[in-house]
Amino acid sequence: MQQKEYEKLVKAKSPKSKVILPLIKAFFVGGAICTLGQGIREIGEKCLSLDEQAAGCFTSVCLIFLSALFTGLGLYDELGKFAGAGSIVPITGFANSVVSPAMEFKREGYVMGVGAKMFNVAGPVLVYGISASVLYGVIYWLVLLIGGKL
Amino acid sequence: MIYFRAFLVGGLICVTGQLLLLFTDMTSARILVLFVTLGVLLTVVGLYQPLVDFGGAGATVPLTGFGYLLAEGAKKAVEEEGVLGALTGGAAAASGGISAAIVFGYLASLLFSSKTKQ
Repeated sequence: MQQKEYEKLVKAKSPKSKVILPLIKAFFVGGAICTLGQGIREIGEKCLSLDEQAAGCFTSVCLIFLSALFTGLGLYDELGKFAGAGSIVPITGFANSVVSPAMEFKREGYVMGVGAKMFNVAGPVLVYGISASVLYGVIYWLVLLIGGKL
Repeated sequence: MIYFRAFLVGGLICVTGQLLLLFTDMTSARILVLFVTLGVLLTVVGLYQPLVDFGGAGATVPLTGFGYLLAEGAKKAVEEEGVLGALTGGAAAASGGISAAIVFGYLASLLFSSKTKQ
């Protein structure tokens, strides 16, 4: 009886924390990575006097470098276990999805192992991302053309 | 303060991803694909630019920001070069990040070994 009551209690309590806690972790880690990005961006704009576009590129490159380094040291995967989507959704997660299989498939060689497998996740992202942007570009071009703005 | 807004926007975008992880059986690869495509789509309908203006890196650092970069690049290139810009603009705008990921990924594979074998 006591155990049943306990199980009931566990059932009542656990789904909530199983949902809320990962969300909070994702929020804080994801937010922290973006805040770091904002810091790098300000350094690029103020100290290196980069324009907006270059500062954005500088930010991405720095974050990707840091992600590659921490993935190499095995620390990013630890962060991933803790943060879930908080470490997957930022660009550092994209970099991690390139670096991690590159390291893992080194034993299959540097061409079909590292070279091919690093696009396991990045490949689909680029296929859909670039395709969507090309589609948008063509539609935008047609709109300009019909509107007589070209 | 821009740092707080970046934290807020970036955090909320990641929470959206976490909700997908928790309540759907989407893998992280599918979530990344969804987010980059969603980023392009939201930029096209004009909803992402206000988010970038408000949240700064909080909107550009998540993968939706990668989609924003692709879409903005395509738009700008079409205005400057015509229809050919649709093909060159997106990838050109994102080329820094793509090349960085490839080069740093390759270097990491030379310098480090995966620990998953253990």
